[in-house]
Amino acid sequence: MTSGSTQAHAPTPTIPGELKVIHDATCTFCGCVCDDIELTVKDDHIIEAKRACALGKSWFLNHSVEDRPSCTIDGNPASLEQGYDRAAQILTNGKYPICYGLSDSPCEAQRVAVSIVDWINGTIDTTTSVCHGPSGMAFQGVGEVTCSLGEVANRGDMILFWGSNPAESHPRHFTKYSLMPKGMFLPNGRKDRTCVIVDVRRTKSAKAADIFIQIKPKKDFEALWTLRALAKGIELDPDLVHRETGVEFSVWSDLMDRMKACKFGVIFFGMGLTMTRGKHVNSEALLALTRDMNAHTRFVAKPNRGHGNVTGADNVVSWRTGYPFGVNHARGYPRFNPGEYTTSDTLANREADCAMMIACDPMANFSQPAREHLATIPYIALDTKETPTTRSAAVAFAVATYGINTGGTVYRMDDVPIPLRPAFASPHPSDYDVLTAIEVRVKKILGIT
Amino acid sequence: MPETFILIPGRTTDQGCGVSEGKFNDRYQKAINALQVAPGDMTRLGLAEGDRVRLTGEEGQTVEVCITAAKKDELPEGLLFIAYGDISSRMMTGDTHGSGMPTSKGMEVTMELIQKVVA
Repeated sequence: MTSGSTQAHAPTPTIPGELKVIHDATCTFCGCVCDDIELTVKDDHIIEAKRACALGKSWFLNHSVEDRPSCTIDGNPASLEQGYDRAAQILTNGKYPICYGLSDSPCEAQRVAVSIVDWINGTIDTTTSVCHGPSGMAFQGVGEVTCSLGEVANRGDMILFWGSNPAESHPRHFTKYSLMPKGMFLPNGRKDRTCVIVDVRRTKSAKAADIFIQIKPKKDFEALWTLRALAKGIELDPDLVHRETGVEFSVWSDLMDRMKACKFGVIFFGMGLTMTRGKHVNSEALLALTRDMNAHTRFVAKPNRGHGNVTGADNVVSWRTGYPFGVNHARGYPRFNPGEYTTSDTLANREADCAMMIACDPMANFSQPAREHLATIPYIALDTKETPTTRSAAVAFAVATYGINTGGTVYRMDDVPIPLRPAFASPHPSDYDVLTAIEVRVKKILGIT
Repeated sequence: MPETFILIPGRTTDQGCGVSEGKFNDRYQKAINALQVAPGDMTRLGLAEGDRVRLTGEEGQTVEVCITAAKKDELPEGLLFIAYGDISSRMMTGDTHGSGMPTSKGMEVTMELIQKVVA
């Protein structure tokens, strides 16, 4: 039941006791998706992950084969066949089925999940909705002036990070893509770049900045609008700017001069914008500023994406439904409405009556009203690790880890697809295998041939 | 007397590594259950490392958590920081304001001491 594409990248056999080296393995912990990792494998675990950052090492070294059942039903061990049957019954019995997560699954599995939701007239949403979902809304309103990380490495001479702390969330961002590389047009690497970090606290990333600007909390929009005004040459009241942003007007004015003078400016933005009051409006302000700057020089913006294939989830759901997340099929065709069809809402509003949670942990990461409702409905959970969500699931599948045990495709944060090179086989099924088996049963129950 | 602060949850290296080690393991649990307070606020309020406080959110949601001093200059006074996890999520409300995203950073909370650390 393994797909052609994942089978083609199946792990090479491991000889007991012997070391095996995997070159150019892909780390899927964060959106950087570093594909230059050298793994040393012994039996069923990775003992070394060269070039990986702290997060990547922890990812590779802690995903050994776990000795637990591949499937449990109501907490009791069950066969996979029993699990698939029960999962299909739950999903087809519901009046408002939802499917959520997907950002730590390969595109091949994401695609099957969208198909299942389509068959059952359900609602599909990904962890994007509680990550850069507001930025997804902003892209639709403003557009996205963008580029690949390769262009950043080769051309970016003015690098801004806004509400983002890559030193702790994307540790190789600076060295592999944005600050340190010696690029085609930046032969001196870091010396040829100016780095500006804007945040409400002096994060560990601030040490990497040439200029650190600490703004008032919840004043990102006002700060970005100040820069938009400066880009357009609009006169501002310096005292008002200082009061609103917590930063002297001269600092913003100096920053704008530098932004206008650069050759290729890049703004990486994080959840400091999307999770704070204003949300999509904050992202819109940043994207509009980026657009405005192109009247003076080349400027692009990129969201720093968190999970390894959250960008793939956006792409797959978009190409299958026309929308990136929060998509409802109740009328037989896709409708997009963040705030209504997004999982935080369908749960907190007590609308969903069954769910499938794929590689996500809403029982730990959602609001209390959402968690309380999830606890009252039957749901299926797929995860590589035991989590609060898998522990409370009606049907839980322990699945193989993508990129370590299974192949497939993931999208880097700049929408570049990257193949996975797995290290060793797992006795647990992949999420692709589980979802495909559930889809077969769903179609059978619904009489779809 | 409870005092109002702004709570900023976020990613930390320990929290991120802890996810891979397992959410029920010590590293993750330690990372997500420590509320960072600016040293100036700790001095002003007479708080010590390990004291237990109660946070109350705008809809009355509460959590109890132990505090730790933020590293020098990392956190301005008036702000609190905690790694993403169970505690930070319990402080979110169910309302996403039509965006799908609950307000998860920049939350206004009150903080009050409920238990001094035992020396």
